Amino acid sequence: MTQLLEAAPSFLRTDENIVDSRPKLVEMKGVVKTFPGVKALTDIHLTLHQGEVLGLLGENGAGKSTLMNVLGGIYKPDSGSVYINGEEVHFDGVLAAQEAGIAFVHQELALEPFLTVAENIFIGREVKNKAGLVSQREMETQARPFLRMVGLDVDPQMMVNSLSMGQQQMVEIAKALSLNSRVIVLDEPTSSLSENEVENLFQIVRKLKTQGMGIIYISHKMSEIFDLTDNVMVMRDGCYVDTVPTSNTTEDELVHLMVGRDVENYYYRTYNEPGDAALELRDFACGPWEKPVNLTVRQREIVGVYGLIGAGRSELFETVMGLRNGGSGTVLVHGNEIGARDPVRMQQHGLAYVPEDRKTQGLFLFGDVMFNTSIASLGDFISWLRVNERKEKEIVVNAIETLNIKVSSPQTRVGTLSGGNQQKVVLGKWLATKPEILILDEPTRGVDVGAKAEIYKIINELAAQGVAVVFISSELNEVMNMSDRLAVMREGEIAAVLSRDEFNQDVILKHALG
Amino acid sequence: MKNGIDLLDRVGEVPVAGSVSKFIKQNLGILIGFATLLVFLSIFADNFLSWANMVNLMRSVSTNAILAIGVMLSIMLAGIDLTCGALVALSGVVAVLSLNNFGLPLPLAIVTGVIIGVVVGLLNGLVIAYTGIHPFVVTLAMQSICRGAAYLAAGGQPVTARNTAFTALGNGYLGPIPLPVVYMIVLFFLLYLLLNKTRLGRHIYALGGNPTAAKYSGINVVKVKVFVWAVSGLLSAFAGVVLASRMSSGQPTAGVGYETDAIAAAVIGGTSMYGGVGRAGGVFIGVLIIGMISNGLNLLHVNSFWQYVIKGIIIIVAVYFDMRKNKGNVRTGF
Repeated sequence: MTQLLEAAPSFLRTDENIVDSRPKLVEMKGVVKTFPGVKALTDIHLTLHQGEVLGLLGENGAGKSTLMNVLGGIYKPDSGSVYINGEEVHFDGVLAAQEAGIAFVHQELALEPFLTVAENIFIGREVKNKAGLVSQREMETQARPFLRMVGLDVDPQMMVNSLSMGQQQMVEIAKALSLNSRVIVLDEPTSSLSENEVENLFQIVRKLKTQGMGIIYISHKMSEIFDLTDNVMVMRDGCYVDTVPTSNTTEDELVHLMVGRDVENYYYRTYNEPGDAALELRDFACGPWEKPVNLTVRQREIVGVYGLIGAGRSELFETVMGLRNGGSGTVLVHGNEIGARDPVRMQQHGLAYVPEDRKTQGLFLFGDVMFNTSIASLGDFISWLRVNERKEKEIVVNAIETLNIKVSSPQTRVGTLSGGNQQKVVLGKWLATKPEILILDEPTRGVDVGAKAEIYKIINELAAQGVAVVFISSELNEVMNMSDRLAVMREGEIAAVLSRDEFNQDVILKHALG
Repeated sequence: MKNGIDLLDRVGEVPVAGSVSKFIKQNLGILIGFATLLVFLSIFADNFLSWANMVNLMRSVSTNAILAIGVMLSIMLAGIDLTCGALVALSGVVAVLSLNNFGLPLPLAIVTGVIIGVVVGLLNGLVIAYTGIHPFVVTLAMQSICRGAAYLAAGGQPVTARNTAFTALGNGYLGPIPLPVVYMIVLFFLLYLLLNKTRLGRHIYALGGNPTAAKYSGINVVKVKVFVWAVSGLLSAFAGVVLASRMSSGQPTAGVGYETDAIAAAVIGGTSMYGGVGRAGGVFIGVLIIGMISNGLNLLHVNSFWQYVIKGIIIIVAVYFDMRKNKGNVRTGF
């Protein structure tokens, strides 16, 4: 079926398998967008009906964001047409799209952190009093009903930077509602939300749906796609692949449509006999909890660390690495006690920490792939005013090849790469230091399916070569499939360490929730 | 992987450091500006191209050139160094005083003047690194302290150097080339080496580009910051001692507003105020452009008050074009 569709001429490749009598809110036909050197979108079709939640699925770099930026008035399409409520539109900017009822909630929230909730909602159209001055009180009064609609129980006078990520997202949605939007685009809305916040978001989305709004929902998480959407549209390499009703499809089929081939052995793991203890924490306490943690990670072993957001996973290992101050108790590396801990020294002891947030903690976005992959191992090729360029190139090419980073040249700026490739660059930077202990904090967050599988394979290989791996993740499936042992964290302490035969979703969650 | 060799070849296309073509490519915008200015002045200003004027021009830019190196490094860390002008005065006064009043031998007096700069720079760096106060505020305060210290030490009056050998430091020649020009060239070469051939240089780019990622990459953030401001202090003080030697006196009023020209040269030379971007060659041309404007306008008999106005306009225009060139590369879009 899919093969047939791909081969068919473009006029046939529409969403003919969706029969929906509801009025169309958005229709995009034959949209093409080219950037210098790249064809970002080729002949894309999209239809969104009233009261529909349309999932938009595709690997990073498939063109989802570009397409949404066309809809949001940020890019002008080279050709093709966009219809809103059946009328053709030509947006010449974000404001025009906003006026046509399209609201875009970006993955990285676009709120002003030092303004209040009410000010953010009415930013650019501040409510004025008779004297022509901005009236805080009036804005707050007007903001309240919108906050109620999204179930957000905060004072509109509060500064946005004091809200949680989930609450900030609700402010964005409240802002969209206040703009009378008919269409809301949610771009990976759950990537930094806690479980409760996710549930709350889903409820709001369902409510908006019953009110006849159209929602375009971009996500990599299959469970969310199946939970929430009516139809799923799949894109690949800037092309339209197919649109299918969610109830008639399976995860395997969607992955196949996205990747264009079957991803076999999605989780890739060969188990090894663990070696000696590489990293040991003895009564190590840190963070606001100050609870003693004991954990041993051995060579050739992957220890998963699972916990809900706020369980203190990153805090624990950032403190071990000396990236955060504090921490009491003992840290042993290969049996030797480590005195003072700071990132430079821990790296010399053979530790590497791949941080959670690649954009702020991992990458130098202005720099090229070469700069980024070599920055942590400069000592290998620079000494006494001599740069061994041969060695430098080796490091970079080695990273590009072992990690299969898709770049046109080592001089490509990392800011232009897709999420998966960016993550591989960060990984490459640390692999270049030849770590003996590798701590991975959410290494597959915001990474597409294909790249995920590749990252799993590399992690497995490293473990097989003798590296001791700590794998921090909030995706239960991932840690269960990748770990030899699993440490479940709750409120700053390790609630349980489970061995492979004890892995069970309910048991793990019970430990995580307490 | 099949494209392995392919990739290695492509790395070779753009050499990591050096090469004239890369220099031209990177600095194309300001090179065009520089060339235009050069052609314009050659045609309209008599004597502009004469050897005497060229020597004069190079000597007159040398102070600003040495200051611009330190200021550029601080800007590359998304900071600034406003102390340099006041430090020129303080170090000059201290060098002359230690020669006159404390009877130190000449080399030691020069070193004392320079060490004052290192101490001030270290203080700047330590306060910036450990307190997190913005470099603008720290170095502005230090500027005030240094200016005050210069007046206090000198008793409010210029102090004349009694040792005639001292004046050779700034007025001597190496063959046909004035010594300050030699210092400038040597220091720019060292800057080039620092930025391109050392780990510390790459750490400066990294820390300026993304401080958080720099920390997570195992870069000693405190060390890099302290180094940059200490070096800036050292260079300002050295420039101050050389200037005092040229004038045969330590003047507490010296160097007022010098930071403006130093910042202008750095920024015209393509250093990004957001940090992480800057090149030695670019800043050198920036220094020359600033110098040529003053020199050329003098030759054209333009009222010196107008020179300030014209310099200001040129800064904005130059930076605007540099930004446009970098659009899409640096910090734009999503």
